[in-house]
Amino acid sequence: MSVTADHIREKLTKELGAVHVDVEDTSPNRCATSYKVLVVSSQFEGKPLLQRHRMVNTCLAEELKEIHAFEQKTLTPEQWEKQKSQ
Amino acid sequence: LCSASDIQKDLGEMVKKDKVVVFMKGTKAQPMCGFSNAVVQILRMHGVDDYASYNVLDDQDLRQGVKVFSNWPTIPQVYFNGEFVGGCDILLQMHQNGDLVEELKKLGIRS
Repeated sequence: MSVTADHIREKLTKELGAVHVDVEDTSPNRCATSYKVLVVSSQFEGKPLLQRHRMVNTCLAEELKEIHAFEQKTLTPEQWEKQKSQ
Repeated sequence: LCSASDIQKDLGEMVKKDKVVVFMKGTKAQPMCGFSNAVVQILRMHGVDDYASYNVLDDQDLRQGVKVFSNWPTIPQVYFNGEFVGGCDILLQMHQNGDLVEELKKLGIRS
């Protein structure tokens, strides 16, 4: 299995009900496969940051084995709207 | 045979021994990865100098063991009062939204 940005986006959309996912392949800046993701999902509402990140980690558990560096940001749709307007 | 469970027990003690514990790549003085460096810089910014850091590059058992211990797939890992806080992204977001100041206050550290 080779991990692609599209694959990550599809999986997060399907399994976490994400309404918006940005996937940036940061591999060119680093020594191995690296990704930076922004996940917007209403499933994050009322959940602390650690739990949100755990949800993403669990969703991508298989993929993370092949990813060297992984950055994530997890927002609720409300937080995302607020951030966009800033 | 019992080394895997030994390291889990050791980790349980390591994270409780100091108020702030960081598992990282490299040392405080010489971080070997940008993410570990980010954690060191954030803590420094908040005046947290007196914390325990363990270099996972020195010890492959520690590197794998801490991932199992926290059920977290990446390094660095930050612990406050024996509790897993998160990795670099979480610490950065806590720094940005002010939560980090509050959490450090609970530890008796004024940033």
